[in-house]
Amino acid sequence: MERKLVIPGDFLGDGRSGHGAYEEDGKSFSSCIGLAEEKNGLYFVIPLSGIYSPKRGDGVIGKIEDIAFSRWIVDINSPYEAVLSLADASDEFIDLTKTDLTKYFNYGDLIFAEILSVSKTKNVQLSMRNRKCRKLRGGRLIKVTPAKVPRIIGKAGSMVEMIKEMTNTQIVVGQNGIVWVKGDHEDIAMDIITVIERKSHVHGLTDQVKAILEEKMKNAPKVERRREEEEEEPEPQEEDEFRP
Amino acid sequence: METIIRTDGRKFDETRPILAEVGVLKNADGSAMFKLGNTTAIAGVFGPRKVYPKHEEEAERAILRTRYNMAPFATSERNRPGTNRRSTEISLVTRQALTPLIFLDEFPKTAIDVHIEVLQADASTRCVGINAAVLALADAGVPMKDLVASCSAGKVGDAVVLDIAGKEDTEGELDLPIAYYPKKKHITLLQMDGITDGKEVKEIIKLAVKGCEKIYEEQKRALRNRYKLEGAD
Repeated sequence: MERKLVIPGDFLGDGRSGHGAYEEDGKSFSSCIGLAEEKNGLYFVIPLSGIYSPKRGDGVIGKIEDIAFSRWIVDINSPYEAVLSLADASDEFIDLTKTDLTKYFNYGDLIFAEILSVSKTKNVQLSMRNRKCRKLRGGRLIKVTPAKVPRIIGKAGSMVEMIKEMTNTQIVVGQNGIVWVKGDHEDIAMDIITVIERKSHVHGLTDQVKAILEEKMKNAPKVERRREEEEEEPEPQEEDEFRP
Repeated sequence: METIIRTDGRKFDETRPILAEVGVLKNADGSAMFKLGNTTAIAGVFGPRKVYPKHEEEAERAILRTRYNMAPFATSERNRPGTNRRSTEISLVTRQALTPLIFLDEFPKTAIDVHIEVLQADASTRCVGINAAVLALADAGVPMKDLVASCSAGKVGDAVVLDIAGKEDTEGELDLPIAYYPKKKHITLLQMDGITDGKEVKEIIKLAVKGCEKIYEEQKRALRNRYKLEGAD
């Protein structure tokens, strides 16, 4: 389907308006720069720029900013900070009088968490109860435009799975536009993610990306050797491994 | 309206050459440059982001903060750097010209900061600043109803002319900048420097609106250009 580039004020059609659009006298207009789409008479726009606005159910990558008595304050790359309370972080009983919360998540730690709720005044609550939620150790981060995250993931995760497999890395994509990469060919994986971000609305992107990846992997055997050397010394195991 | 030749050879209803470019600053969330003849302004938008100082925060909507600044080297005579009475006023009218367009209630408890720097001044700097700011806001992905276009018209001698520049500004009789919201046909900025009567004001506004419509088309083209390049190889 041909998607049209629209800018604020462009007429979309007669009907209700969804995300990135607004309604006036039964007509829908675009409210941002993006690609216009229509589904069952509902007009909406997939934005091409803009900040991340938290939504319930999103998986996000956040950084621990602060620790309060029984909760963590998390920066989720948005104007609104998120709160992870102890009850949503762990199932076990934790005696707050005896336990230091930094044992679980310390300042500056990265976590992948799910957004539990967003109130009308934009109080964001996080949860670690989902199976995918965990602490992210090591690795590297890239920031991308949040609107382009679906393209990085691809249809049912096809794009990200391909990159993981070909570069032999672990990749976690947060809906808030933060991507975490760890593994053998981190730099290649990161390069390719920036390529996807730049070309996000090209048709048949997966095939194009595959070709670029194959080309890049041909010229990158050195990284693997260095990795082998590294593995000789075992990674220090942390005590009190946190398991939600 | 017979043909009037102006100091720079333009027709009475002709604007100076327009140049608009989106995405000129690397560190801003959205940015744009707008040029009308020699008058040049760049605008950078930051946000929506957290509000500091915190007491300015509003629980149900974002606040829009604008800052208009003219570079010391913008005029032929060096002007003192920093905020002054004039720039405070222009910051205020710019904010008032932009506010009706923006969906501020979509981002409660945040601030949207718009910084306008005039690099070269040759009349109508507030119009050029507004034009740049609107493009920068759209580039930053701030939800808006429409773009707003701004242009001035005035009177030189006995002739009503569009987009006053250079000598027309310093020696002309009247200068009237407007900001125009094309879809609703609303005027969101209207100032006037000079003396005239009601009938003539209407004529001048009509001419300025005509200039805004032309600028509006240029703004739309600049925005589309910026985002079209992305997909292309």
